[in-house]
This record gives sequence, structure tokens and C-alpha cells, in this order.
Amino acid sequence: MADSGTATLDYEPLAEGGLRLVMKGTLNAAGIQQLWRQVMRQVAQSDPAALEIDARGVESLDAAGMALLLELKAQQEQRRQDFRIRGLRDDLSDLMKLFDPGPPAPPKPGPGLLVRFVHRVGEISHGVLVGFHTQVNFLGEIFVRLLSVLVRPSRLRWADTFLIAEKAGANAVGIVALMGFLIGLILAFQSAIGMRKFGAEIYVADLVVLVLFRELGPLITAFILTSRSGSAFAAELGTMKVNEEVDALVTMGVDPVQFLALPRLVAAICVMPLLTLFNELFGLIGCGLVMRSFGFPVATYIDQIQEAASLGDLFGGLAKTFVFGGLIAGIGCLRGLQTGKSPSAVGDSATRAVVSGIVAIVVVDGVFAVMYYYLGI
Amino acid sequence: MGSDAPPIIQVSDVTVGYDHHIVLKDVTFEVRAGEVFCILGGSGCGKSTLLKHMIGLHRPMAGSILVDGTDIVTAEGEERRALLGRIGVAYQNGALFGSMSLIENICMVLEEFTSLPRQAMQAIARMKMKVVGLQDAGDRMPSELSGGMRKRAAIARALALDPKILFLDEPSAGLDPITAAQLDELIVELSQTLRITFVIVTHELASIFAVADRVIMLDKERQTIIARGSPEELRDRSDDPWVRQFFHRQSSSA
Repeated sequence: MADSGTATLDYEPLAEGGLRLVMKGTLNAAGIQQLWRQVMRQVAQSDPAALEIDARGVESLDAAGMALLLELKAQQEQRRQDFRIRGLRDDLSDLMKLFDPGPPAPPKPGPGLLVRFVHRVGEISHGVLVGFHTQVNFLGEIFVRLLSVLVRPSRLRWADTFLIAEKAGANAVGIVALMGFLIGLILAFQSAIGMRKFGAEIYVADLVVLVLFRELGPLITAFILTSRSGSAFAAELGTMKVNEEVDALVTMGVDPVQFLALPRLVAAICVMPLLTLFNELFGLIGCGLVMRSFGFPVATYIDQIQEAASLGDLFGGLAKTFVFGGLIAGIGCLRGLQTGKSPSAVGDSATRAVVSGIVAIVVVDGVFAVMYYYLGI
Repeated sequence: MGSDAPPIIQVSDVTVGYDHHIVLKDVTFEVRAGEVFCILGGSGCGKSTLLKHMIGLHRPMAGSILVDGTDIVTAEGEERRALLGRIGVAYQNGALFGSMSLIENICMVLEEFTSLPRQAMQAIARMKMKVVGLQDAGDRMPSELSGGMRKRAAIARALALDPKILFLDEPSAGLDPITAAQLDELIVELSQTLRITFVIVTHELASIFAVADRVIMLDKERQTIIARGSPEELRDRSDDPWVRQFFHRQSSSA
């Protein structure tokens, strides 16, 4: 189709509003790309009652040439007007019959804009509610399985659990520590700007340690775990779903939730508090570095944070991380098991796992904040 | 068909493999213009690997592969691009782009190789869909198709640029006998009406007899061609025990 084409075209009016197109030469892609728009415009302008193609001079015809003739034919048929081709070589004519897709199907009349808008809003709202229902259902189901593991620990696949814990936990220590260090450092510098006005730089330590222990430590770690491991869980399980491995488990009588989701849940619940501790420790080191640069001795800084934060602050924050870990793994696994069949399905599941994970973490964190306020923690 | 035709593909002393592992060595054969040529062999004998070398996806360890007068191993730039415009490939699972409708799948190839107006490309795409019998499925997404339809759509996309040679990797694998037979009929029809040369990798006996003019047979142990000729010749006259087993559907213990 890339050969250069030498096609020529002439228009001759016929009696009673007809039009004759005299085509000559090689009708191929190279020639047609020049002629296509010109022919279509000419035919549209003259709106002929009958269109006749004189193809006696056509030497060869490729798919593009055929497409031009067939498109003209389809247009004439749509307008219920005559179309005929004269003088086309028999072999080319037979070839055209083979390729002729017939007139395109008329577009189906769709509903109006308002109806479509209401329909779409309804569809999205329904999707959100059903999604929330499924999520709560799944988390409930998996929590019950978790309790059954507490009663009978042998039911859990421990080898898998340790492997997942290593991938989600041990391998994430570097990034969690780095993020903690940087957050501690940034937080200290930013708060020092305000504190300096009152000559109260020493209280930067109080602020950072409380924020880290109570909020940022668990939250930042949870975000890292969601984006690192929640998406990985969804992608792993999604790929297994696409490869029908999940179906194979079901037909072998193995419960996919027990086999796939539970080890991930237990691993995430176990590694989340440990990662949070790392995050907070390195956050304090980052803050310590800034305090040292302000001229405070290390011992003063340590004394200050010991005074400012209680064990209640530390454990209050850590208590949340168990729930966050469960949410991250639960949502990641659910999204993985919900994966569809299209090639983009696994990517969609991973994205949805991260988005729903982050939303769920922030919502639950809010619930904890209200709860701790009333409990005085 | 094609018995006296000039060769359109010449594979000479080709050794193929991955890393340092040789799959086939010193393979020589030619495909004549207009014929339906099948590459046969058991699982893991290197059929698909050989096909991937013939379409330029991999470089052979040794030897040359001339496709329509161009050495696909050494061709680069415009020469290689021009050659790719003259061949079409339909992969085993269709390899249709899942985010595009069938018409868009075909238009994408046309956009890459021609400067036709959009309307012309869509008209061509509809024609190609008609040839494979999918004229009503143009707006569907690949995920909405059955296995047989997906293979047809893959052939339609491979036909987009009016190729001289069409390579098909296991076209009837995973299809029911009726759908497979329909696909074989399509291959014969395309071969006869459009005079396209077909190179087909397969191990489906029924398909081989339905479509093939000539075949070569590869063997995993001997790492080379162990038989060549028409399917009937191989079935009736081959002395090679493996070839006889293959054509008479016997297991090695039989």
C-alpha cells in the first residue's frame, strides 16, 4: 500500500442530476490519500441522484482504492440513490464483492442528555454503595477467619506469611526509615520558624514527637505500605485471577480467602507496627539533627521528648497501626480478587487498591482521633 | 498452488536459540510465493521460536533469512519498515490491543503506515472485518469476543496493509473443531482470492490437511527439520518413526 500511485479523476455531469466519476490509473493508498477528500467533497456538494463510476481505465486497485469505491457506494445507498460501477475488470470486481461490508448499521437512537446524566449519577452512586458494602463484608469475613487462626494457628500458611512479611516489611525498612528521617527533619525546620519568634525552639522537640507518635508516624507508614504492598497484593491476586489460578483453587476445594488473603493480612498486621516504630525512630533522629544544629545538646533533646510524650501517646499511635495493616491487606486482596478479565484489569485493581486504601486509612484515622479525644488518650 | 512459483522466503543455515541454548541448528528451507506453508512439530520443538526469527523479532545465532528479497536479520531503518509493511502477523492469542475496539486496532496499523484520511482508514478497516466475517463486530472490544472471533480479528488486523505474506502462530489452538474448520476455510479463501503466502505454525492435524500445500517438520531431539513435503507425502511415505507417529496420532508407547 505504500507504492506511489498515479490515479486521475474527472467529473462529468449526467442527465437528471447524475454524476459520472471517470477514474484512471493505479488506485492505491498513495494516490487515494490525495483524492479521498476531494472526491467526498465533490460528491457531497453535487448530491447526485445517480453516481456512476467509469472504471475502464483502472489498472489496479488496492484496499484503499476499494475503500473509496465502497464508501461512495455505501453513501449513495444510505441516501437511497443509485450507484453503479462500469467497466471494472472482473477480477477486481470479484475482489470488491469479497470486501464489501454493506451499508453501515444506522446509529441507535440513545436517551437524551438529562436521562443519561441522571443514569450516570445513579450508576456511580450505586457503584459506590455496593463497593462499600462489599468492602465491609469482605473485611468482616476476613476478620472472622483471622479469629479462627488465633484459635487454630496451624490453619495459617506460615511459610507464605513469613515470605510476604519479608517482602512487605523487611524490604520496606529502607524507604520507611528515609521517609521518617526526612519528615522529622522537615517538620522540625518548619515548626522552628514559628517557635523562634517566641524563643521557644526547644519545644520543637515536643511538637515533633507528639505529631510523629500520635499521627504522622502511623499515617505515613500506612501510606507507604498501601502504595508499596497494597498495590502489590492487588496485582498478584489480580494476575492469579486473570490466569484462572483462583478458579483452580476453588475447584480444588481450597478457599482463596484462606489461602491467599489470610497470610497477607497476618503479615501486614505484624509488620505495620514494626515499620511505624522505625519510621518514628528515624523521624526523631531527623528532628534531633535539626535540634543539634540549633545548639541543643543531645541529652537535652532526649530529656525534652521524654517529658513531652508519654507511653500512652506511643501505644495509642501503635494501636492504630494494627487496624491500618488489616485494612491495607484486606482492601488489596479484595481488589485483587475482584479483578476483571481485560488486559488493563490488573492495573485498575492496583490503582483501586491504593485509592480505597488511602481513603479507608484516613477515615479510620479520623474515627480514632474522635475516640481518643473522648477517652482522653 | 505455488509449485513453480519463485521463493518468497529463504531460510538458509539458520541456528536459533536463547542465550547459549540452541533450539534449532542449520535449518534450511524456502517458502514459495502464494503457497500455504506449515511448520509442524511437537510441543517445545522450536516452531514458534523459528517463526519469531522469520518475522524479525529475534536475531538468529547464525544464518540468513530472506523475506521478500530483504534480509530481515540485517535490515534496518526504512528498509526494515518497508518489509514490515509487506508482512502481517497474527499471534496465538490474537494480541489485540485491549483498550481499543476492533476497528481502532486495524486503523492503528494504517495510521502508522499511510496518511489516509480517517474516514478512508475506517472504511478499509470495515472491509478487512468483512473478509474475516466480523462485519458486525467492528465496535466491539477484544474482551467481548470469543476465542474464534479473536483469531479472526487478529487476521483482519494482520491483513490491514494488504500484506504479501501472512504469518499465523497456532491459529486453531484452543478452538472447537467447527470453529477451527471455519478458520481453515478462511485461510484457504484468502490464499486463493488474495494470493497471499501463508506461513503457519501448527500441530493440528486436521488443519494441516485442510490448508497446507507444503510442510516442514521439526524435531526437538534432533534440533532440525526431519521431514519436508506435502502433508499427504509425509503421512503416506515417510520412513521416520516420529513423523509416522505424528501423522497417525500415536503415542510413543504405541
